[in-house]
Amino acid sequence: MPLLSVANLTKRYGGLVANNDISFELEKGEILSVIGPNGAGKSTLFKLIAGFVKPTAGRVEFQGEDVTGLPAHVIAERGIVRTFQETTIFKEMSALQNVVVAHHLRCHATTLGIFFNSRRAREDELRFRESAADILQFLGLGAVMHEQAGSLPHGHLRALGIAMGMAASPTVLRLDEPFAGMNPEETDAAVEMVRKIVQRGMTVVLVEHDMKAVMRISDRIVVISFGAKIAEGTPAEIQSNPTVIEAYLGSEDDELGI
Amino acid sequence: MNRPAFKLTLLIVLLVVALVVVPFALRSSPYLVSVLINATVLSVIASGVWITFAIGRINISQGAFAMIGGYVTAILSTRYGVSFWVCLPLSGLVAAVAGVLVGLPILRLKGVYFSMISLSLTEAVRLAFLNGGEFTRGASGIVNVPRPGALQLSGMTLIPAFDGSSPFPYYYLAMGLLILTLLALWRIANSRLGWTFRSMRLNEELAASVGVNVAKYRVIAFGICCFIGGIGGAFFVGFHQNIYPASYTINDSMSFMLYCFLGGLDYIAGPVIGAFLLSISFEGLQPLQQYQPLIYALLMIGFMLWLPNGILSLSSWGSSAGGSGPTPEGDKTDAPLASVESR
Repeated sequence: MPLLSVANLTKRYGGLVANNDISFELEKGEILSVIGPNGAGKSTLFKLIAGFVKPTAGRVEFQGEDVTGLPAHVIAERGIVRTFQETTIFKEMSALQNVVVAHHLRCHATTLGIFFNSRRAREDELRFRESAADILQFLGLGAVMHEQAGSLPHGHLRALGIAMGMAASPTVLRLDEPFAGMNPEETDAAVEMVRKIVQRGMTVVLVEHDMKAVMRISDRIVVISFGAKIAEGTPAEIQSNPTVIEAYLGSEDDELGI
Repeated sequence: MNRPAFKLTLLIVLLVVALVVVPFALRSSPYLVSVLINATVLSVIASGVWITFAIGRINISQGAFAMIGGYVTAILSTRYGVSFWVCLPLSGLVAAVAGVLVGLPILRLKGVYFSMISLSLTEAVRLAFLNGGEFTRGASGIVNVPRPGALQLSGMTLIPAFDGSSPFPYYYLAMGLLILTLLALWRIANSRLGWTFRSMRLNEELAASVGVNVAKYRVIAFGICCFIGGIGGAFFVGFHQNIYPASYTINDSMSFMLYCFLGGLDYIAGPVIGAFLLSISFEGLQPLQQYQPLIYALLMIGFMLWLPNGILSLSSWGSSAGGSGPTPEGDKTDAPLASVESR
């Protein structure tokens, strides 16, 4: 049984079809990349899966259960967590506090318990601080954990976004353009980081533009263009797929058209 | 002296001043005491608004919930003879329930849209009480509300009846409410709940992605805010022995919000500082009363320009680098005015 299965997912905004009949499956422990030209509908696809937008038609199944159209926090609770690009962190908190807050799902104390500082709430807090520090060390942010998040450089912010995703101890971690704007050395380091995350037992879905990195890291790739899936396969298959090549070569015309 | 020790000393000094020195110094000037009572309870009500600021909503509806709390106490104690000490928490609860019911739909709005709705809510509630027929007695309001009676527990008198000869029972009750409110705010600000609220203010979508049930926490925050507002409204009814639909207008709702701004949104003492400064200074400037809205408006513009983190932010000058001005949060910020925070 696949871990996550997306079947015939469609989203229409009036006459505009953002996603048209997209299906793919995700197996446990793999790295799947979703690629496509700008405006192809990748973001919409993941908003549908993460519950921020309700699909017009189609089904999302996670671990055999129907999770189509559930609210975002419930999907996160089930184990599908997304990370954001570096612009979406809590800038005014410290790096550590960002990750501590992101532990929300592992909270045992009730709201009242938190208010009255029950034993459970104190235990939670200690546990979260330890776990957050641990995750930050793991991602190489140990030295900057007490800095204000807004003042960290790009590479660190990217890693911080991933740290926040990991804090929820998800089954599926979705990374949003983790390699964007990185130089080759930084990309190498980031690729290693993603591999280490998979070794920790998470399944990773990437949305990415950096083709070189995608080809290096992915087990499988799904290609989306104009809202529809046009190809799926191993990196080698995708590289030699004529439809994909056309979609990417044709994308320059699209950009002129925008 | 290190900072925590300094804070503790300051707190003890303030408590002694508020509970011992001031009552002694003002023992023969009941008017000044009533001015202080007024400011104290206004700051209690404004503290509620501070919590909605914490989740990133500029709330201009607190007057409505103070009014609801006030009417609950007025109606229950005049018509059904319910003790003030039962009415007080009950008023908070009724206001909180009303807040939760109204909050469920309107808290989905952000930024200026929420503010506009909350502003009209104040007016809507005022009109509802004005047109409430025999139940609310319309514009003539409810008068001759009994003073708080004695609070007895199994035959023991905990609080003697308020006979109105001295304002001090009210003064101590107001101070008690303020202390309880500040304790609650302090717990919220320093617990995980506060961080959850802050995370929602900074980015609701991100908060939801890490599993925060944003809708639930929004309503919790708003409910607490309305509870505090209802308690404050109930106190004023016990204090003035009357309530009218005109007791809380849009001006009052605006003032509650302004107190928070003026004092500083980062500090739990912010609403208190703001309420005391503004309400007492206007008491001293009676001739200027008619220009109050104008002066408030100018003050607000001035503060946003020069002291966006409020008066209390002066205390951290030089000691911390962060939050020295309005942080440009970009288009993601739905409540730019509430996005400024330093630690």
